[in-house]
Amino acid sequence: MSIKVGIPRGLFYYQFFPLWRSFFEELGAEIVVSDYTSRKILDDGVKKCVDEACLPVKIFFGHVENIKNRVDYLFLPRYTSVSKKEYVCPKFGGIPDMIRNTFNDLPKIIDTEINLRKSERNALKAAIEIGRHFSNDTKAIRKAYRKALLSYREFRQQLQKGILPDELLNNKVQSSDVISMENLPRKNKFNNRNRINDDENLNIAVLGHGYNLYDNYTNMNALYKLRNLGANVITIDMIDGKIINEKSKLLNKKTFWYFGSIIMGSAFHLLDRNDIDGIIYIMSFGCGIDSFICDLVERAIRRTKNIPFIILTIDEHTGEAGMDTRIEAFIDMIRWRKNYESNISSHGKYVYMR
Amino acid sequence: MKVTFPHMGNMYICVKALLDDLDMDYILPPFTSKKTLEIGTRYVPECACLPLKITLGNLLEANRLGADTVLMVGGCGPCRFGYYCEMHREILDDLGTNMKVITLEPPHGDVKEFMRRIKNLTKNAGVFKILNAIKNATRIAIAVDELERLTFKIRPREVEKGTVNEVYKQFKNDVISLKGSKEIIRLIKDTEKKLLQIKIDENFKPLKIGIVGEIYTTIDDYTCFGIQQRLGGMGVEVHRYVTVSNWITEHMIKQTLKLPRDLRFAKAAKPYLGTMIGGHAQETVGNTILYAQNGYDGVIQLYPLTCMPEIVAESILPAVERDFDIPVLTLIIDEMTGEAGYFTRVEAFIDLLHRRREKRQIEGRYILSGN
Repeated sequence: MSIKVGIPRGLFYYQFFPLWRSFFEELGAEIVVSDYTSRKILDDGVKKCVDEACLPVKIFFGHVENIKNRVDYLFLPRYTSVSKKEYVCPKFGGIPDMIRNTFNDLPKIIDTEINLRKSERNALKAAIEIGRHFSNDTKAIRKAYRKALLSYREFRQQLQKGILPDELLNNKVQSSDVISMENLPRKNKFNNRNRINDDENLNIAVLGHGYNLYDNYTNMNALYKLRNLGANVITIDMIDGKIINEKSKLLNKKTFWYFGSIIMGSAFHLLDRNDIDGIIYIMSFGCGIDSFICDLVERAIRRTKNIPFIILTIDEHTGEAGMDTRIEAFIDMIRWRKNYESNISSHGKYVYMR
Repeated sequence: MKVTFPHMGNMYICVKALLDDLDMDYILPPFTSKKTLEIGTRYVPECACLPLKITLGNLLEANRLGADTVLMVGGCGPCRFGYYCEMHREILDDLGTNMKVITLEPPHGDVKEFMRRIKNLTKNAGVFKILNAIKNATRIAIAVDELERLTFKIRPREVEKGTVNEVYKQFKNDVISLKGSKEIIRLIKDTEKKLLQIKIDENFKPLKIGIVGEIYTTIDDYTCFGIQQRLGGMGVEVHRYVTVSNWITEHMIKQTLKLPRDLRFAKAAKPYLGTMIGGHAQETVGNTILYAQNGYDGVIQLYPLTCMPEIVAESILPAVERDFDIPVLTLIIDEMTGEAGYFTRVEAFIDLLHRRREKRQIEGRYILSGN
């Protein structure tokens, strides 16, 4: 029987799962992914985790609880850094320790440190260390890693076609999801969904960390709701990495957070384009990085352009109705602005109507 | 150019000495008060951590007094502190204050670049003068921290309550009117003598509590509601490893010159938190263990709401608490924290520690609390 490796469906799952899936499968391990985020997983996480942690970390705890009794290994690498000169977030760096000191009956944990801060070569080193749990053959591990990288790149390329990771990972991709990022379609793209009117498509950029954007329970299907309201959704993963890298250098001091640079770079890129109708920022309450980045993005947008911008903060108490109202109102305002901007209401009209 | 800098506990004393010695024109922001916090809270994003709010308030108050340049220390993460300089710059820009923010990044081995920046700031003062000023400022930082440690020791033991506070407050106010490191060092020495003359109860055995947590909240008396003084007043001896001088010597100087650092805390924390994850998380975990090993009665962890590294530390502390049998109280501070609620918790914690000690002393013959 092959070794079962558990991967919790949270945090970097939406970013690196294809990489690790192909890596572990190549090494002959069986992968067990925790269930989709649900009320129960959230509740378990909230119970186990310290109150002050942010929502994604709490959910991650819930996923660990969900999976820990079904696997031989729990895969919780310490993501200190995944890009040069940048960190991910202190909580990502401390996750294995947080988990180990919170739960009692855990399976073996793979907590290899992944630290590309100094050199990108460390990735291979980490991969070999991880692979050692399953194989003694360094050559085979190297080969598995190379193959994993290929499938990771393939995954990233797919994302840039406007497909959401969630659709990609669950094989739910519909041909209508594929859109060209350079030339966003305005007409009839989403007519197969339950559209509410025949207006042309809006282009709405959604900024935020991957685990907030793509976990449909966390953000209450925000992205799909936007699509159903007739919007082309553009997320940070759909923008070319090279552009982001270039643009993030525009900051006075480059941020030392992976997500910080990516979001700032995306925001600057979006401000350069003329076809973006609105920007939504989804942040989780108490996120240390977003508290700064979100503010910087807002300042950058307000300074340079007249694009509508809204921040949606989510935590474990968020009610879906409040979320819907905000999204719908935001879209309505943009549509009204487009359609009726020249229609100035004449003040005092009703006085003379009598 | 009128330079200013934000407050952080007693750091103003050594920065003042440094700027005095380099003949720079500067404005010392008024001491942090409720007003400072109100100003800061108005302009800083709500989820940002408390120190950003307070420091921005400091800068704006200094701006009203005529300051036009901000001196800030930078960093390279992952703690948010390293990005404070940029947030200050952006917010001050948008407010139209015309304040310039100059960041002194930890040099990371590049001492030349660091010196060049300082030279630019000081209108080309000689290298010797700069190094000498830095040396003196470091000496003062160490002396001030030792003075503070002395107050921690004497305060719970003093016969006439409040004497230490008086002397210490006098010192903090007097130091502002002095100029140059020499005068400041003399005052520190005088104050030390005064403190040592205070009559103490030699036989009193106070409870011992270690303070751990995020550096700004633990060091800055306004931010932590003067918890160290208050505990001293309750007859509790406090200790804190994290200090300004410690940060300067360990973090800035030793790391730059690649000297061996004092890493006892990292060694102690190893089984719980293996790597540095930014901020003072590893210090918090490691020092808690050191306190437990050194026979302290309890540990209080302080941090501002949403502080990322301390959240990691907080979720590890229960394991330390269990393994080393040391009670830990976590207090989280933000601009909404009420003093009464905060001290109720501290007092209850102290009561429990008293009872715990009592229980140990009369082992077995323990009947009812208060007996």
